[in-house]
Amino acid sequence: MILNLMLSLVVGFFIGIVAGYLGSLMLSRKMSLTAGPLGHLTLPGVALALIYGFDISLGAFPFVILGAIMIWLFEMKTKLPMEALTAVVFTFGVSIALLFLPLDEAETALIGDISKIGFYDTLIVLPLLALTFYVTKTIYSKVFLINVSEDLAKVEGISVKKYNLVYLLLIATIVALGAKLVGGLMTAAIVAIPSASARNLSKNLLNYKILASLFGGISMMLGITLSLAFNLPVGSLIILSNIAIFFLSIIMKRY
Amino acid sequence: MSETILSVKNLNVTFNEEKVINNLSFELERGAFLTILGPNGCGKTVLLRALLRLIPYNGEVSWAKNVRISYLPQGFTHLALKDYPISVKEFFELKNAKDAEKYLEFVGLGKDIVKKNMGDLSLGTFQRVLMAWSLISEPNVLLLDEPTTGIDVQGEITVYNLLSELWKKGITILMVTHEIDIVYKHSTSVLCLSKKGFMCYGRPEDLTPKKLREIYGFGIKIYRHVR
Repeated sequence: MILNLMLSLVVGFFIGIVAGYLGSLMLSRKMSLTAGPLGHLTLPGVALALIYGFDISLGAFPFVILGAIMIWLFEMKTKLPMEALTAVVFTFGVSIALLFLPLDEAETALIGDISKIGFYDTLIVLPLLALTFYVTKTIYSKVFLINVSEDLAKVEGISVKKYNLVYLLLIATIVALGAKLVGGLMTAAIVAIPSASARNLSKNLLNYKILASLFGGISMMLGITLSLAFNLPVGSLIILSNIAIFFLSIIMKRY
Repeated sequence: MSETILSVKNLNVTFNEEKVINNLSFELERGAFLTILGPNGCGKTVLLRALLRLIPYNGEVSWAKNVRISYLPQGFTHLALKDYPISVKEFFELKNAKDAEKYLEFVGLGKDIVKKNMGDLSLGTFQRVLMAWSLISEPNVLLLDEPTTGIDVQGEITVYNLLSELWKKGITILMVTHEIDIVYKHSTSVLCLSKKGFMCYGRPEDLTPKKLREIYGFGIKIYRHVR
Protein backbone atom coordinates (compact mmCIF):
# COMPACT_ATOMS: atom_id res chain seq x y z
CA MET A 1 0.00 0.00 0.00
CA ILE A 2 2.87 2.34 0.88
CA LEU A 3 4.60 1.49 -2.39
CA ASN A 4 1.34 2.08 -4.17
CA LEU A 5 0.99 5.47 -2.54
CA MET A 6 4.54 6.46 -3.43
CA LEU A 7 4.06 5.38 -7.03
CA SER A 8 0.80 7.28 -7.30
CA LEU A 9 2.41 10.40 -5.95
CA VAL A 10 5.38 10.18 -8.30
CA VAL A 11 3.33 9.33 -11.39
CA GLY A 12 0.68 11.88 -10.47
CA PHE A 13 3.26 14.60 -9.95
CA PHE A 14 4.87 14.05 -13.34
CA ILE A 15 1.57 13.68 -15.19
CA GLY A 16 0.55 16.96 -13.57
CA ILE A 17 3.74 18.70 -14.64
CA VAL A 18 3.54 17.58 -18.25
CA ALA A 19 -0.20 18.29 -18.41
CA GLY A 20 0.34 21.80 -17.06
CA TYR A 21 3.19 22.43 -19.48
CA LEU A 22 1.14 21.22 -22.45
CA GLY A 23 -1.81 23.25 -21.24
CA SER A 24 0.24 26.42 -21.25
CA LEU A 25 0.04 26.22 -25.03
CA MET A 26 -3.73 26.20 -24.95
CA LEU A 27 -3.88 29.91 -25.31
CA SER A 28 -6.56 30.25 -27.89
CA ARG A 29 -10.17 29.42 -27.26
CA LYS A 30 -10.17 26.90 -30.05
CA MET A 31 -7.47 24.84 -28.44
CA SER A 32 -8.80 24.91 -24.90
CA LEU A 33 -12.04 23.39 -26.09
CA THR A 34 -10.40 20.30 -27.53
CA ALA A 35 -9.25 18.74 -24.27
CA GLY A 36 -12.85 18.37 -23.10
CA PRO A 37 -14.10 15.97 -25.76
CA LEU A 38 -10.81 14.08 -25.67
CA GLY A 39 -11.32 13.44 -21.98
CA HIS A 40 -14.78 12.09 -22.61
CA LEU A 41 -13.49 9.90 -25.39
CA THR A 42 -11.42 8.00 -22.84
CA LEU A 43 -14.64 6.61 -21.41
CA PRO A 44 -15.34 3.88 -23.98
CA GLY A 45 -11.73 2.75 -23.69
CA VAL A 46 -11.85 2.78 -19.93
CA ALA A 47 -15.08 0.77 -20.06
CA LEU A 48 -13.46 -1.87 -22.29
CA ALA A 49 -10.42 -2.01 -20.05
CA LEU A 50 -12.58 -2.56 -16.97
CA ILE A 51 -14.62 -5.29 -18.63
CA TYR A 52 -11.65 -7.22 -19.93
CA GLY A 53 -9.33 -6.37 -17.08
CA PHE A 54 -6.47 -4.61 -18.89
CA ASP A 55 -4.80 -1.30 -18.24
CA ILE A 56 -7.08 1.74 -18.25
CA SER A 57 -4.69 4.03 -20.08
CA LEU A 58 -4.07 1.35 -22.65
CA GLY A 59 -7.81 1.10 -23.25
CA ALA A 60 -8.23 4.85 -23.38
CA PHE A 61 -5.33 5.45 -25.73
CA PRO A 62 -6.74 4.27 -29.10
CA PHE A 63 -10.01 6.09 -28.51
CA VAL A 64 -8.34 9.33 -27.58
CA ILE A 65 -5.95 9.19 -30.53
CA LEU A 66 -8.91 8.48 -32.79
CA GLY A 67 -10.69 11.44 -31.23
CA ALA A 68 -7.70 13.72 -31.76
CA ILE A 69 -7.54 12.79 -35.43
CA MET A 70 -11.31 13.22 -35.74
CA ILE A 71 -11.18 16.72 -34.29
CA TRP A 72 -8.23 17.58 -36.51
CA LEU A 73 -10.02 16.36 -39.65
CA PHE A 74 -13.29 18.02 -38.69
CA GLU A 75 -11.53 21.30 -38.20
CA MET A 76 -9.85 21.12 -41.60
CA LYS A 77 -12.76 19.78 -43.61
CA THR A 78 -15.69 21.71 -42.23
CA LYS A 79 -16.26 25.33 -41.60
CA LEU A 80 -18.42 24.62 -38.58
CA PRO A 81 -17.61 26.46 -35.41
CA MET A 82 -15.34 24.51 -33.09
CA GLU A 83 -18.02 24.50 -30.39
CA ALA A 84 -20.36 22.46 -32.56
CA LEU A 85 -17.65 19.94 -33.39
CA THR A 86 -16.77 19.69 -29.74
CA ALA A 87 -20.34 18.81 -28.84
CA VAL A 88 -20.36 16.07 -31.48
CA VAL A 89 -17.17 14.39 -30.32
CA PHE A 90 -17.98 14.93 -26.65
CA THR A 91 -21.33 13.17 -26.62
CA PHE A 92 -20.05 10.47 -28.96
CA GLY A 93 -17.59 9.35 -26.31
CA VAL A 94 -20.07 9.37 -23.47
CA SER A 95 -22.86 7.64 -25.35
CA ILE A 96 -20.62 4.84 -26.60
CA ALA A 97 -19.23 4.34 -23.11
CA LEU A 98 -22.64 4.20 -21.48
CA LEU A 99 -23.70 1.49 -23.93
CA PHE A 100 -21.46 -1.07 -22.31
CA LEU A 101 -19.77 0.44 -19.27
CA PRO A 102 -20.38 -1.89 -16.32
CA LEU A 103 -22.28 0.37 -13.96
CA ASP A 104 -20.79 -0.96 -10.75
CA GLU A 105 -17.37 -0.02 -12.11
CA ALA A 106 -18.49 3.28 -13.54
CA GLU A 107 -17.02 5.16 -10.61
CA THR A 108 -13.44 4.38 -11.63
CA ALA A 109 -14.10 5.40 -15.19
CA LEU A 110 -15.67 8.66 -14.17
CA ILE A 111 -13.60 9.86 -11.26
CA GLY A 112 -10.37 7.86 -11.27
CA ASP A 113 -8.65 5.56 -8.82
CA ILE A 114 -5.09 5.74 -7.50
CA SER A 115 -4.95 2.07 -6.59
CA LYS A 116 -4.82 1.43 -10.33
CA ILE A 117 -1.24 2.67 -10.48
CA GLY A 118 1.13 -0.26 -10.16
CA PHE A 119 4.89 -0.74 -10.45
CA TYR A 120 4.84 -1.74 -14.11
CA ASP A 121 2.55 1.16 -14.99
CA THR A 122 5.15 3.48 -13.57
CA LEU A 123 7.87 1.90 -15.69
CA ILE A 124 5.85 2.59 -18.83
CA VAL A 125 4.30 5.90 -17.86
CA LEU A 126 7.45 7.77 -16.83
CA PRO A 127 9.37 7.35 -20.12
CA LEU A 128 6.20 8.17 -22.03
CA LEU A 129 5.85 11.36 -20.00
CA ALA A 130 9.47 12.24 -20.66
CA LEU A 131 8.88 11.81 -24.38
CA THR A 132 5.69 13.89 -24.28
CA PHE A 133 7.55 16.63 -22.44
CA TYR A 134 10.42 16.56 -24.91
CA VAL A 135 8.17 16.77 -27.97
CA THR A 136 6.20 19.59 -26.38
CA LYS A 137 9.42 21.50 -25.74
CA THR A 138 10.49 20.99 -29.33
CA ILE A 139 7.30 22.31 -30.90
CA TYR A 140 6.55 24.96 -28.28
CA SER A 141 7.64 28.07 -30.18
CA LYS A 142 5.93 27.05 -33.37
CA VAL A 143 2.61 26.20 -31.73
CA PHE A 144 2.80 29.41 -29.74
CA LEU A 145 3.26 31.41 -32.92
CA ILE A 146 0.32 29.61 -34.53
CA ASN A 147 -1.76 30.67 -31.54
CA VAL A 148 -0.63 34.27 -31.87
CA SER A 149 -1.42 34.45 -35.57
CA GLU A 150 -1.96 31.62 -38.00
CA ASP A 151 -1.23 33.95 -40.90
CA LEU A 152 2.09 34.97 -39.46
CA ALA A 153 3.00 31.36 -38.77
CA LYS A 154 2.15 30.34 -42.34
CA VAL A 155 4.23 33.14 -43.83
CA GLU A 156 7.12 31.97 -41.64
CA GLY A 157 6.76 28.62 -43.37
CA ILE A 158 5.28 26.75 -40.42
CA SER A 159 2.89 23.96 -41.37
CA VAL A 160 -0.09 24.80 -39.21
CA LYS A 161 -1.85 21.51 -39.99
CA LYS A 162 1.14 19.40 -39.02
CA TYR A 163 1.80 21.15 -35.73
CA ASN A 164 -1.87 21.17 -34.78
CA LEU A 165 -1.97 17.42 -35.26
CA VAL A 166 1.17 16.81 -33.22
CA TYR A 167 -0.19 19.04 -30.50
CA LEU A 168 -3.53 17.22 -30.45
CA LEU A 169 -1.73 13.87 -30.23
CA LEU A 170 0.30 15.12 -27.28
CA ILE A 171 -2.87 16.20 -25.51
CA ALA A 172 -4.42 12.83 -26.34
CA THR A 173 -1.46 11.08 -24.72
CA ILE A 174 -1.63 13.07 -21.51
CA VAL A 175 -5.40 12.70 -21.37
CA ALA A 176 -5.13 8.92 -21.70
CA LEU A 177 -2.49 8.80 -18.97
CA GLY A 178 -4.40 11.19 -16.75
CA ALA A 179 -7.68 9.29 -17.13
CA LYS A 180 -6.44 6.58 -14.80
CA LEU A 181 -5.93 9.01 -11.94
CA VAL A 182 -8.53 11.65 -12.56
CA GLY A 183 -11.20 9.75 -14.48
CA GLY A 184 -12.53 10.41 -17.93
CA LEU A 185 -14.94 13.17 -17.05
CA MET A 186 -12.38 15.54 -15.66
CA THR A 187 -9.07 14.98 -17.44
CA ALA A 188 -9.54 18.14 -19.45
CA ALA A 189 -9.14 20.09 -16.24
CA ILE A 190 -5.58 18.92 -15.51
CA VAL A 191 -4.55 20.40 -18.85
CA ALA A 192 -6.63 23.55 -18.81
CA ILE A 193 -6.69 24.83 -15.21
CA PRO A 194 -2.97 25.06 -14.28
CA SER A 195 -2.23 27.33 -17.22
CA ALA A 196 -5.21 29.52 -16.43
CA SER A 197 -3.88 29.99 -12.89
CA ALA A 198 -0.35 30.58 -14.18
CA ARG A 199 -1.54 33.17 -16.64
CA ASN A 200 -3.03 35.20 -13.82
CA LEU A 201 0.36 35.47 -12.20
CA SER A 202 2.97 35.67 -14.95
CA LYS A 203 4.47 38.47 -16.93
CA ASN A 204 6.68 36.50 -19.25
CA LEU A 205 6.67 33.18 -21.03
CA LEU A 206 9.31 31.43 -18.93
CA ASN A 207 7.48 32.37 -15.78
CA TYR A 208 4.22 31.19 -17.24
CA LYS A 209 5.56 27.82 -18.39
CA ILE A 210 7.18 27.08 -15.03
CA LEU A 211 4.14 28.10 -13.01
CA ALA A 212 1.74 26.11 -15.19
CA SER A 213 3.89 22.97 -14.81
CA LEU A 214 4.32 23.48 -11.07
CA PHE A 215 0.63 24.10 -10.45
CA GLY A 216 -0.11 20.95 -12.44
CA GLY A 217 2.30 18.86 -10.35
CA ILE A 218 1.33 20.34 -6.98
CA SER A 219 -2.41 19.90 -7.51
CA MET A 220 -1.86 16.24 -8.34
CA MET A 221 0.16 15.60 -5.16
CA LEU A 222 -2.31 17.57 -3.07
CA GLY A 223 -5.32 15.76 -4.51
CA ILE A 224 -3.79 12.31 -4.06
CA THR A 225 -2.73 13.05 -0.47
CA LEU A 226 -6.12 14.46 0.48
CA SER A 227 -7.85 11.51 -1.14
CA LEU A 228 -5.90 9.11 1.04
CA ALA A 229 -6.36 11.15 4.18
CA PHE A 230 -10.11 11.50 3.87
CA ASN A 231 -10.89 8.46 1.75
CA LEU A 232 -12.63 10.55 -0.88
CA PRO A 233 -12.55 10.22 -4.73
CA VAL A 234 -9.11 11.18 -5.99
CA GLY A 235 -10.24 12.70 -9.28
CA SER A 236 -12.52 15.20 -7.58
CA LEU A 237 -9.86 16.19 -5.10
CA ILE A 238 -7.22 16.75 -7.80
CA ILE A 239 -9.54 19.01 -9.72
CA LEU A 240 -10.62 20.80 -6.55
CA SER A 241 -6.95 21.39 -5.67
CA ASN A 242 -6.50 22.86 -9.13
CA ILE A 243 -9.48 25.11 -8.66
CA ALA A 244 -8.24 26.19 -5.22
CA ILE A 245 -4.94 27.25 -6.82
CA PHE A 246 -6.89 29.07 -9.50
CA PHE A 247 -8.84 31.06 -6.90
CA LEU A 248 -5.64 31.83 -5.04
CA SER A 249 -4.10 33.09 -8.28
CA ILE A 250 -7.01 35.46 -8.80
CA ILE A 251 -6.64 36.84 -5.28
CA MET A 252 -2.87 37.23 -5.69
CA LYS A 253 -3.33 38.93 -9.02
CA ARG A 254 -5.35 41.66 -7.36
CA TYR A 255 -2.73 42.51 -4.75
CA MET B 1 17.53 46.37 -66.26
CA SER B 2 14.79 45.83 -63.76
CA GLU B 3 13.49 42.43 -62.97
CA THR B 4 9.92 41.39 -62.22
CA ILE B 5 9.55 40.20 -58.65
CA LEU B 6 5.82 39.59 -58.63
CA SER B 7 3.47 38.83 -61.44
CA VAL B 8 -0.27 38.60 -60.93
CA LYS B 9 -2.51 37.39 -63.73
CA ASN B 10 -6.31 37.33 -63.73
CA LEU B 11 -6.54 37.13 -59.98
CA ASN B 12 -10.01 36.44 -58.65
CA VAL B 13 -10.80 36.12 -54.98
CA THR B 14 -14.17 35.26 -53.55
CA PHE B 15 -14.53 35.96 -49.86
CA ASN B 16 -17.68 35.18 -47.88
CA GLU B 17 -19.43 34.40 -51.17
CA GLU B 18 -18.68 37.87 -52.43
CA LYS B 19 -16.32 38.55 -55.29
CA VAL B 20 -13.75 40.83 -53.70
CA ILE B 21 -10.97 40.83 -56.27
CA ASN B 22 -12.11 40.74 -59.86
CA ASN B 23 -9.70 39.83 -62.65
CA LEU B 24 -6.73 41.75 -61.31
CA SER B 25 -3.47 41.65 -63.24
CA PHE B 26 -0.28 43.55 -62.54
CA GLU B 27 3.47 43.16 -62.43
CA LEU B 28 5.86 44.54 -59.85
CA GLU B 29 9.54 45.29 -60.27
CA ARG B 30 12.18 44.32 -57.77
CA GLY B 31 12.89 47.22 -55.46
CA ALA B 32 9.51 48.86 -55.89
CA PHE B 33 7.57 50.54 -53.11
CA LEU B 34 3.97 49.69 -53.88
CA THR B 35 1.11 51.29 -52.05
CA ILE B 36 -2.23 49.53 -52.22
CA LEU B 37 -4.84 52.17 -51.78
CA GLY B 38 -8.58 52.18 -51.36
CA PRO B 39 -11.48 52.71 -48.99
CA ASN B 40 -12.40 50.33 -46.16
CA GLY B 41 -13.80 47.03 -47.32
CA CYS B 42 -12.53 47.19 -50.91
CA GLY B 43 -10.36 44.11 -50.51
CA LYS B 44 -6.91 45.46 -49.76
CA THR B 45 -6.23 43.00 -46.98
CA VAL B 46 -7.77 40.20 -49.02
CA LEU B 47 -5.37 41.01 -51.85
CA LEU B 48 -2.35 40.84 -49.53
CA ARG B 49 -3.50 37.56 -48.07
CA ALA B 50 -4.03 36.12 -51.54
CA LEU B 51 -0.54 37.24 -52.57
CA LEU B 52 0.76 35.39 -49.51
CA ARG B 53 -1.33 32.35 -50.47
CA LEU B 54 -3.12 32.45 -47.14
CA ILE B 55 -6.55 32.30 -48.76
CA PRO B 56 -7.79 30.41 -51.81
CA TYR B 57 -7.88 32.28 -55.13
CA ASN B 58 -8.22 31.74 -58.85
CA GLY B 59 -5.66 32.99 -61.29
CA GLU B 60 -1.91 33.25 -61.08
CA VAL B 61 0.34 34.70 -58.41
CA SER B 62 3.99 34.11 -59.11
CA TRP B 63 6.90 35.44 -57.09
CA ALA B 64 10.50 35.51 -58.28
CA LYS B 65 12.41 32.44 -57.15
CA ASN B 66 14.67 33.95 -54.55
CA VAL B 67 12.12 35.92 -52.55
CA ARG B 68 12.16 35.87 -48.78
CA ILE B 69 8.85 37.34 -47.73
CA SER B 70 7.99 38.82 -44.37
CA TYR B 71 4.54 39.96 -43.43
CA LEU B 72 3.17 42.43 -40.91
CA PRO B 73 -0.52 41.79 -40.36
CA GLN B 74 -2.82 44.54 -39.21
CA GLY B 75 -1.77 45.49 -35.66
CA PHE B 76 -3.74 44.48 -32.63
CA THR B 77 -6.86 43.54 -34.48
CA HIS B 78 -5.18 40.52 -36.02
CA LEU B 79 -2.56 39.78 -33.44
CA ALA B 80 -3.85 38.68 -30.07
CA LEU B 81 -0.34 39.06 -28.71
CA LYS B 82 -1.44 41.59 -26.14
CA ASP B 83 -3.16 38.84 -24.16
CA TYR B 84 -0.17 36.56 -23.84
CA PRO B 85 2.39 36.63 -21.08
CA ILE B 86 5.47 37.12 -23.22
CA SER B 87 8.37 39.53 -23.11
CA VAL B 88 9.85 41.23 -26.16
CA LYS B 89 12.96 39.04 -25.89
CA GLU B 90 10.86 35.87 -25.75
CA PHE B 91 8.82 37.04 -28.70
CA PHE B 92 12.04 37.25 -30.70
CA GLU B 93 13.13 33.84 -29.44
CA LEU B 94 10.01 32.32 -31.01
CA LYS B 95 11.80 32.88 -34.27
CA ASN B 96 15.20 31.73 -32.97
CA ALA B 97 16.57 35.25 -33.09
CA LYS B 98 19.67 35.53 -30.93
CA ASP B 99 20.48 39.14 -31.75
CA ALA B 100 17.13 40.79 -31.12
CA GLU B 101 18.93 43.99 -30.08
CA LYS B 102 20.35 44.52 -33.54
CA TYR B 103 16.93 44.60 -35.15
CA LEU B 104 15.36 46.59 -32.33
CA GLU B 105 18.11 49.16 -32.64
CA PHE B 106 17.34 49.52 -36.31
CA VAL B 107 13.77 50.49 -35.53
CA GLY B 108 15.05 52.93 -32.93
CA LEU B 109 14.35 51.00 -29.75
CA GLY B 110 16.84 50.80 -26.87
CA LYS B 111 18.22 47.72 -25.17
CA ASP B 112 15.95 47.88 -22.15
CA ILE B 113 12.92 47.17 -24.30
CA VAL B 114 13.70 43.42 -24.44
CA LYS B 115 12.65 42.88 -20.85
CA LYS B 116 9.29 44.53 -21.27
CA ASN B 117 6.09 42.60 -21.73
CA MET B 118 4.60 42.72 -25.21
CA GLY B 119 1.23 43.59 -23.70
CA ASP B 120 2.60 46.64 -21.89
CA LEU B 121 3.97 48.37 -25.00
CA SER B 122 2.30 51.38 -26.51
CA LEU B 123 0.75 50.86 -29.90
CA GLY B 124 3.55 52.70 -31.70
CA THR B 125 6.30 50.79 -29.92
CA PHE B 126 4.44 47.54 -30.44
CA GLN B 127 4.31 48.17 -34.17
CA ARG B 128 8.02 48.95 -34.28
CA VAL B 129 8.80 45.76 -32.36
CA LEU B 130 6.71 43.84 -34.88
CA MET B 131 8.60 45.49 -37.69
CA ALA B 132 11.94 44.55 -36.13
CA TRP B 133 10.63 41.04 -35.66
CA SER B 134 9.65 40.76 -39.30
CA LEU B 135 13.19 41.72 -40.31
CA ILE B 136 14.84 38.79 -38.49
CA SER B 137 14.58 36.50 -41.47
CA GLU B 138 16.36 39.13 -43.58
CA PRO B 139 13.49 39.46 -46.04
CA ASN B 140 13.83 41.01 -49.48
CA VAL B 141 10.09 41.53 -49.75
CA LEU B 142 7.99 43.07 -46.99
CA LEU B 143 4.19 43.07 -46.98
CA LEU B 144 2.51 45.40 -44.53
CA ASP B 145 -1.14 45.84 -43.72
CA GLU B 146 -1.91 49.33 -42.45
CA PRO B 147 1.18 49.52 -40.26
CA THR B 148 0.24 52.83 -38.70
CA THR B 149 -3.32 52.10 -37.64
CA GLY B 150 -3.89 53.58 -34.22
CA ILE B 151 -0.46 55.20 -33.99
CA ASP B 152 -0.07 58.92 -33.30
CA VAL B 153 1.41 61.27 -35.89
CA GLN B 154 4.92 61.12 -34.43
CA GLY B 155 4.89 57.32 -34.47
CA GLU B 156 3.52 57.34 -37.98
CA ILE B 157 6.42 59.41 -39.25
CA THR B 158 8.87 57.03 -37.58
CA VAL B 159 7.26 54.01 -39.19
CA TYR B 160 7.26 55.57 -42.66
CA ASN B 161 10.85 56.75 -42.32
CA LEU B 162 11.86 53.24 -41.35
CA LEU B 163 10.06 51.82 -44.36
CA SER B 164 11.78 54.35 -46.55
CA GLU B 165 15.13 53.26 -45.17
CA LEU B 166 14.36 49.60 -45.74
CA TRP B 167 13.32 50.40 -49.26
CA LYS B 168 16.61 52.21 -49.86
CA LYS B 169 18.37 49.04 -48.74
CA GLY B 170 16.72 47.29 -51.67
CA ILE B 171 13.77 45.64 -49.98
CA THR B 172 10.65 45.51 -52.12
CA ILE B 173 7.71 46.85 -50.17
CA LEU B 174 4.00 46.22 -50.63
CA MET B 175 1.91 48.23 -48.23
CA VAL B 176 -1.81 48.49 -47.70
CA THR B 177 -3.00 51.82 -46.45
CA HIS B 178 -5.73 54.34 -46.92
CA GLU B 179 -3.54 57.31 -46.32
CA ILE B 180 -3.14 59.10 -49.59
CA ASP B 181 -0.26 61.39 -48.61
CA ILE B 182 1.96 58.31 -48.25
CA VAL B 183 1.52 57.51 -51.90
CA TYR B 184 3.12 60.74 -53.05
CA LYS B 185 5.80 60.84 -50.38
CA HIS B 186 7.21 57.34 -50.42
CA SER B 187 5.94 55.00 -53.06
CA THR B 188 7.16 54.26 -56.55
CA SER B 189 3.92 52.73 -57.69
CA VAL B 190 0.35 52.65 -56.59
CA LEU B 191 -2.44 50.14 -56.99
CA CYS B 192 -5.92 51.34 -56.19
CA LEU B 193 -8.97 49.29 -55.46
CA SER B 194 -12.50 50.49 -54.97
CA LYS B 195 -15.74 48.90 -53.92
CA LYS B 196 -17.09 49.20 -57.44
CA GLY B 197 -14.23 47.08 -58.67
CA PHE B 198 -12.54 50.01 -60.36
CA MET B 199 -8.82 49.59 -60.33
CA CYS B 200 -5.87 51.63 -61.37
CA TYR B 201 -2.21 50.82 -61.39
CA GLY B 202 0.64 53.13 -62.15
CA ARG B 203 3.02 55.76 -60.88
CA PRO B 204 1.94 58.00 -58.00
CA GLU B 205 2.08 61.02 -60.33
CA ASP B 206 -0.72 59.49 -62.36
CA LEU B 207 -2.99 59.48 -59.36
CA THR B 208 -4.91 62.66 -59.98
CA PRO B 209 -7.60 64.09 -57.69
CA LYS B 210 -10.13 63.08 -60.33
CA LYS B 211 -9.04 59.47 -60.09
CA LEU B 212 -9.10 59.58 -56.32
CA ARG B 213 -12.66 60.78 -56.47
CA GLU B 214 -13.54 57.79 -58.61
CA ILE B 215 -11.99 55.42 -56.11
CA TYR B 216 -13.36 56.91 -52.95
CA GLY B 217 -16.67 58.26 -54.23
CA PHE B 218 -17.46 61.90 -53.56
CA GLY B 219 -14.79 63.80 -51.73
CA ILE B 220 -11.82 62.26 -50.04
CA LYS B 221 -11.94 61.32 -46.44
CA ILE B 222 -9.06 59.95 -44.49
CA TYR B 223 -10.19 57.81 -41.63
CA ARG B 224 -7.94 57.54 -38.66
CA HIS B 225 -8.54 54.94 -36.01
CA VAL B 226 -8.47 56.36 -32.57
CA ARG B 227 -8.02 54.20 -29.52
